[in-house]
Amino acid sequence: MQPFKFIRAQDSHAAITAALTNNAKFIAGGTNMIDLMKLNIEKPTQVIDINGLKLDKIEIFSNGTIRIGALVKNSDLAYHPTIIKSYPVLSEALLSGASAQLRNMATVGGNLLQRTRCPYFYDTTYPCNKRAPGSGCSALNGYNRNNAVLGTSDKCIATHPSDMCVALAALGAVIHVQSDSGVREIPFNEFHLLPGETPQFETTLKHGELIIAVDIPAIAYGARSHYLKVRDRASYEFALSSAAVALDIKNGRILTARVALGGIGTKPWRSLAAEKVLMGAVNNEQSYRTAAEAALSGAKPYQHNAFKIELAKRTLVRALATVGGMS
Amino acid sequence: MNELVGKPLDRVDGRLKVTGAATYSAEYYPGNLAYGVIIESAIPKGRLKNLDTSVAEKAPGVLKIMTSQNSMSLHFPAGSDPGNGKYAEKDLLPLQSERIFYGGQAIAVVIAETFEQAEHAAMLIKADYDKDKPVFSLEKNIDQAYKPKQGLGGSEVQIKRGDADNALQSAAVTIEETYTTPVYHHNAMEPHATIAEWKGDELMMYDATQSVMGSKNLMANMLGVKPEKVRLISLYIGGGFGSKGFSWPNTVLTAMAAKLVGRPVKLVLSRQQMFTNAGRRTQTIQKISLGTDNAGKLNAIKHATTSETSFVDEFVEPAGIATAMLYSSPNADISHSLVRLNKGTPCPTRAPGEAPGTFAIEAAMDELAYKLKMDPVELRLLNYAETEEQKNKPFSSKNLKECYRQGADAIGWKQRNPQPGSMQEGNYLIGYGMATATYPANRSASTAKAILFADGHAEILCGTQDIGTGTYTIMTQIAADAFALPMEKVKVKLGDSSYPKGANSGGSQVSASVGPAIRAAALGAVNKLIKMAIADSGSPLHGHKEEDIVAANGRLYVAKTNSGESYEQLLSRNGGKVEALATTNVSTRQQEANPAAKSGAEEEAEKESKTNAVVQDDEKTDRKPYAFHSFGAQFVKLRVDKQLGTVHIDKIVSIMDIGKVLNLKTAKNQIMGGIIFGIGMALMEGTGYDPNDGRVVTRDLAQYLVPVHADMPEFDIRFIDKPDPYISPIGARGIGEIGITGITAAINNAIYHATGKRVRDLPVTADKLI
Repeated sequence: MQPFKFIRAQDSHAAITAALTNNAKFIAGGTNMIDLMKLNIEKPTQVIDINGLKLDKIEIFSNGTIRIGALVKNSDLAYHPTIIKSYPVLSEALLSGASAQLRNMATVGGNLLQRTRCPYFYDTTYPCNKRAPGSGCSALNGYNRNNAVLGTSDKCIATHPSDMCVALAALGAVIHVQSDSGVREIPFNEFHLLPGETPQFETTLKHGELIIAVDIPAIAYGARSHYLKVRDRASYEFALSSAAVALDIKNGRILTARVALGGIGTKPWRSLAAEKVLMGAVNNEQSYRTAAEAALSGAKPYQHNAFKIELAKRTLVRALATVGGMS
Repeated sequence: MNELVGKPLDRVDGRLKVTGAATYSAEYYPGNLAYGVIIESAIPKGRLKNLDTSVAEKAPGVLKIMTSQNSMSLHFPAGSDPGNGKYAEKDLLPLQSERIFYGGQAIAVVIAETFEQAEHAAMLIKADYDKDKPVFSLEKNIDQAYKPKQGLGGSEVQIKRGDADNALQSAAVTIEETYTTPVYHHNAMEPHATIAEWKGDELMMYDATQSVMGSKNLMANMLGVKPEKVRLISLYIGGGFGSKGFSWPNTVLTAMAAKLVGRPVKLVLSRQQMFTNAGRRTQTIQKISLGTDNAGKLNAIKHATTSETSFVDEFVEPAGIATAMLYSSPNADISHSLVRLNKGTPCPTRAPGEAPGTFAIEAAMDELAYKLKMDPVELRLLNYAETEEQKNKPFSSKNLKECYRQGADAIGWKQRNPQPGSMQEGNYLIGYGMATATYPANRSASTAKAILFADGHAEILCGTQDIGTGTYTIMTQIAADAFALPMEKVKVKLGDSSYPKGANSGGSQVSASVGPAIRAAALGAVNKLIKMAIADSGSPLHGHKEEDIVAANGRLYVAKTNSGESYEQLLSRNGGKVEALATTNVSTRQQEANPAAKSGAEEEAEKESKTNAVVQDDEKTDRKPYAFHSFGAQFVKLRVDKQLGTVHIDKIVSIMDIGKVLNLKTAKNQIMGGIIFGIGMALMEGTGYDPNDGRVVTRDLAQYLVPVHADMPEFDIRFIDKPDPYISPIGARGIGEIGITGITAAINNAIYHATGKRVRDLPVTADKLI
């Protein structure tokens, strides 16, 4: 680990000012960043502790919007009664991630910025365009069973690891970020970037910007939602494939649908194509399968992960069937 | 007297461990301690051309950077028996040349004032290599396979009886299938850790090892110092599973680093380094051929294993050895081949051989049962081996039929519909599977010292170690019974090479080897006490006959009259303590490889043992006519998600025939631990290698999956608990390894029963079932 200066910010302004120095990083839960620092992947010279910033509230506005502070712990969000009742998809996604100990430390803001678990990203002796731009992608023709099949490029096929983000993508969350020039809002789908030619850039967050909150706009049928995660062991493991879905159903027809996929994309994968198929469709297995085919239509398999395409379809079908069968 | 042995007592060191008071090898802080960090090769084969340490040397806190240029020279180690010291890379002494044989090989050690400074300097070192083309694929280099002459400790690995090829040709029913298992890493909780401190020509070490005696001998041997100048301590060990059975470069490098800087040095492997520098179980390709008559009686068994070894040592994963004795068959052909690869050396991993081997043979037996349309339990009963047919000896004790019976009852075997894919519950397919477990019962020579003190407490000293299995606890039970004292009055001291030589923790042998020595020493001490009382005119027992005197609850008395006195009273008049040494020179192994020179203490113990009636009785038993093996039956009920291919195990029933149970709680714990290892093998474990350069890419516990609580089934673990009449007066056979055997096949067989899909390549992950 590279030696670094550690400072504790008292308020957002101080944190943002400190972050404008070169090579500074905010730290909240630290559940991912400290690992990355130990492995010489993140090498900040200044670490700014933002845990004192009082961004740890969950507020519910009269229009139904839920505002989640960036420092709300994953476990606190997962067990919040309104989230459990109105957006089970989010609670289930959070609880399917990591372990109880990690969820007690990890924050919502930090989870948005989780880095990939591609093994080559974690081993500095291998080329990796995300870690060392221009060095090459070792996963492309390497050990890529857990890598992505959607949104990949010939520069990077790393999977986005977060479960929470898949649920937030489905719910159309909005991210609030603050900088020295004020606060701006970023729609969830515009927050994470595809790797393209520059996999080292993962979000549209700018230098010196601090995530302060995530809004969930009211979704009347949010209670009819579900997160399903398929993985190699029953807990404490990233998804092979996952699906976050919410369905508005009337008289056997799907009026509106929200669909996002995890474990298979280079970013949390909202599937507007699947949603389009489902909108107005009969609430049955055939519609689910058609939606799943649409969701994975652009998927590109690599040597060890071709199975993920069919597995992701089945995961989505099962999640839709679960919600579709809810009374 | 047998009051404590067998009881499900809590661990005597449990409280120390859960409160953090137990000192593991990295948890000592000698004055002026410095910290070492190993730098690894980033290429799998070639030569280190240049190591630029100029920036690192100037980094804060750096004391020295040890390379092949400034490290002390080492002696090539002799010996291949872990009990006497086995270096894992016999042809590659660390930091003695620039040649590189595998990715992760040590190329330098940074030594600094603090661990953080050493880690920081490590990232500033730049290595340049002359790269060679590595050989790393077992499948692609199978034409390079050769047949090793022998396995670990000189064991036989090419075994034949009759003519299996010929018998297969004339068999009415045959099965011929290939089963494959990936590389597994042990992943003990405690990483390999060493502290070394030189005091003049004396070397003091703390080392996480499964063999304090072996590790000590080896350090003396490699560093060129006399064994009596080295003392090595390993009081608590956070699991070994074989990875701490051999000595790896980290241990000797720590001693070399301490010499170089003239200060004590601590060196702990990182989790990532545990995947390259501390052993592994090799990949195996196992071809099984079975031939039977129309009724299902075996006439031929062939088990051909191809596995890997490194370019710096030879290790054979003896996957076929259990197959040689598991079932009755006039013809058997067990063979092992090796391919050398540019990977770290493999080594024993919990049930080396039996773990992957029983997967192959027991999955094949299941396939045979379905082909014969027979119940898998019935097929095993039909081919039951009443004797050990390869050696043509009776078993010392075998109750496997009872294991099958109890296991089948407990899992509800009769309720299962034998048709694969026939049992469904909603989205799930239900499957039942079973397999046989087996592991040899080993025993080797051990020495122990017993001391009774005037304050009424007693101590046992023995240079074996508790690798986390409960050795302290069961040895306290054995000693307390023998001393006729309560548990809390007995202190068992292990894990110090200055104690009399105990067995290494390998081959599930500690209970069977050390237990009898400790018992004999404790009984010897009590016998000395009785003689002392008879001779002491101040004792109420003065002049009584030895055979009339009984020891109980820390007191000696005449059985008829109850007249007597406490150990305290007697000892306080007679010098304050009494000591006894006992050596039990018993070995059930094929041979003792490279017996080490005996120390003065061991010679003294052997001499004293000639007059110890307990030892004499034990050694009088003729063990040569018997084959010593433990057996068990593993039964599994599980469910497979029809569409998603995920497997959840509902219940595992494990019925074990392991001789006398010493402590029901630690025994169940051992079997459960083995089974959980097997769940990992069956469903998720396997080390990932880069397909382009052959280096490990799954280098932490997030990338290398082991089972977690949520994967756990309901366990029903039971023991037959019949003492083995020949292994020792205690009758216990070791249980560290048998739990992992058979279970992988039982799970695999249950998956087949659930789905109708036979997956012969482990692990069975969702992608193989959808």
